[in-house]
Amino acid sequence: MAEREQVQKPAPAERETEQADAPASSERGEEIKAELDDLLDEIDEVLETNAEDFVKSYIQKGGQ
Amino acid sequence: MAIVKTLGIETEYGIVHRGTDEPNPITASSVLINAYLAAAGYRTDARSDTIAWDFTDESPGMDARGFAPVGAFAPDIETHLVNAVLTNGARYYVDHAHPELSTPECADALSVVLFDRAAELIAQESMEAVNARLPPHEEIVLYKNNSDGKGNSYGCHENYLVDRATPFGRIVRHCTAHFITRQIYTGAGKVGAELPGQRTDEVPFQLTQRADFFEEEVGLETTLKRPIINTRDEPHADARKYRRLHVIVGDANPAQLSTFLKVGTTALLLALVEDDAIGTEFEFAAPVASLRHVSHDLSLAEALPLADGSTITALEVQWELFDLARKYVEATGTDKVGGDVAHLVLERWEQVLGALETDPMQLADQLDWVAKYRLIDGYRERHGLDWDDARLRAMDIQYSDMRPEKGLVWRLGLETLVDDDAAQRATTMPPVDTRAYFRGRSIDKFPDQVVAANWDSIVFDVGAEALRRVPMMEPMRGTEAHVGNLFDECDTALELLRRLGS
Repeated sequence: MAEREQVQKPAPAERETEQADAPASSERGEEIKAELDDLLDEIDEVLETNAEDFVKSYIQKGGQ
Repeated sequence: MAIVKTLGIETEYGIVHRGTDEPNPITASSVLINAYLAAAGYRTDARSDTIAWDFTDESPGMDARGFAPVGAFAPDIETHLVNAVLTNGARYYVDHAHPELSTPECADALSVVLFDRAAELIAQESMEAVNARLPPHEEIVLYKNNSDGKGNSYGCHENYLVDRATPFGRIVRHCTAHFITRQIYTGAGKVGAELPGQRTDEVPFQLTQRADFFEEEVGLETTLKRPIINTRDEPHADARKYRRLHVIVGDANPAQLSTFLKVGTTALLLALVEDDAIGTEFEFAAPVASLRHVSHDLSLAEALPLADGSTITALEVQWELFDLARKYVEATGTDKVGGDVAHLVLERWEQVLGALETDPMQLADQLDWVAKYRLIDGYRERHGLDWDDARLRAMDIQYSDMRPEKGLVWRLGLETLVDDDAAQRATTMPPVDTRAYFRGRSIDKFPDQVVAANWDSIVFDVGAEALRRVPMMEPMRGTEAHVGNLFDECDTALELLRRLGS
């Protein structure tokens, strides 16, 4: 099991590239957050009206 | 030695029949499928019914460990239920108390995504077709999830063709490590837990729908005492050469990238296992507990105990498997693992692991569990709700509602890997690069002569002679390259059979 030592070591070069991309990813994160806010605004219209009853009545038979 | 990976998935949908006092999910599933078949122009006359599924070669009780257990038998109890073969090579049927759609056999992970998306479109067309026939106050609704939140689970199973010569024990060891740890990108997300005694405040949200339902490490069961490694040994192909690894531990994923990585990484891993290219062995001290712990740990940092006394995280295992897979592809190419699609699997695998490591929320438009968590947690914060609020459970269920206007997942604008026009074509056209092509074209061109079909054969009735069974024991034969011209040139099934020499 000596190979596992490798796992604990710092990530290979490719992963550092990933890290360098992080600022761009955060921008994307902000975008996603803004989209989420918009989505939450509109979502109330489609949500099941009586959540408690809906959850209770969602009963499935077990399958595979 | 690694063989070409044929793969596919089978999804049981949750089903609700609203507006009726005594809903019966088996009846609802049957009328749903029949409504689709009629609307899509399949033969549904009373005399011959639809093209039937042929159970002759089915033996789901065979165990990969080499024995047939007591009480295992072909599911002939189900034969009276709807069980149709579609012109895209897929199977659409009632299994247990759910409608189930199996993709045709596919040659790569992107093809699986395409045919799984086609299955979603078929599910939507089915709802439209059946609801047009029901009284106005009734409605049948499908859900692409795996749990009702009350301890009842239904599956999305994966199938991979593997080399019969590969020792099954080796498959078990490596796949167990992969199945425990791949949950960090394959999970469909779930509010709460369904383990007896587990409180919502302990597990407000978890990565997967299914992890709570697994109790064994290895076994034959799929509905009780579910095992992480299912040993059903029913290859639907030449059993001397092939095994079919039947994977029952995954979630049904509306997010296409989740499905893509789920099957793409697993197919790659299996090629590595066949070629014995994994030096590192991650033997978990407690696989079932680790499966749950990974699912319950949103920090992705849980230290999982290994048999040698050390610990490792799910991300560390996945990085190691990714590195091995990349080196394997560099050394041996992609012929056995889906061609160029394997490069895309590696690229996205690496990107997703990197994002999970830095901030999983970057993947809110790509992976199911992240998308669902982000949505439900955002709603919870906005309205100041506790995690056990019924509104959050309702959102969990509604995430997977298959109605385009009601399903929350369809409003999230998740990344797609296949376009809907191609998926629409794939609802009727088979893949060109597996034996599903032969099945699909046969049913499309000679619907009156095909009397039965299953995964590895088609039975034709071409007149006075005895019925003629065409075996298809090689999953990568019967492709467009092999028989495309033949179908174009033959005007009758009899001519087709003559030219096939059967």
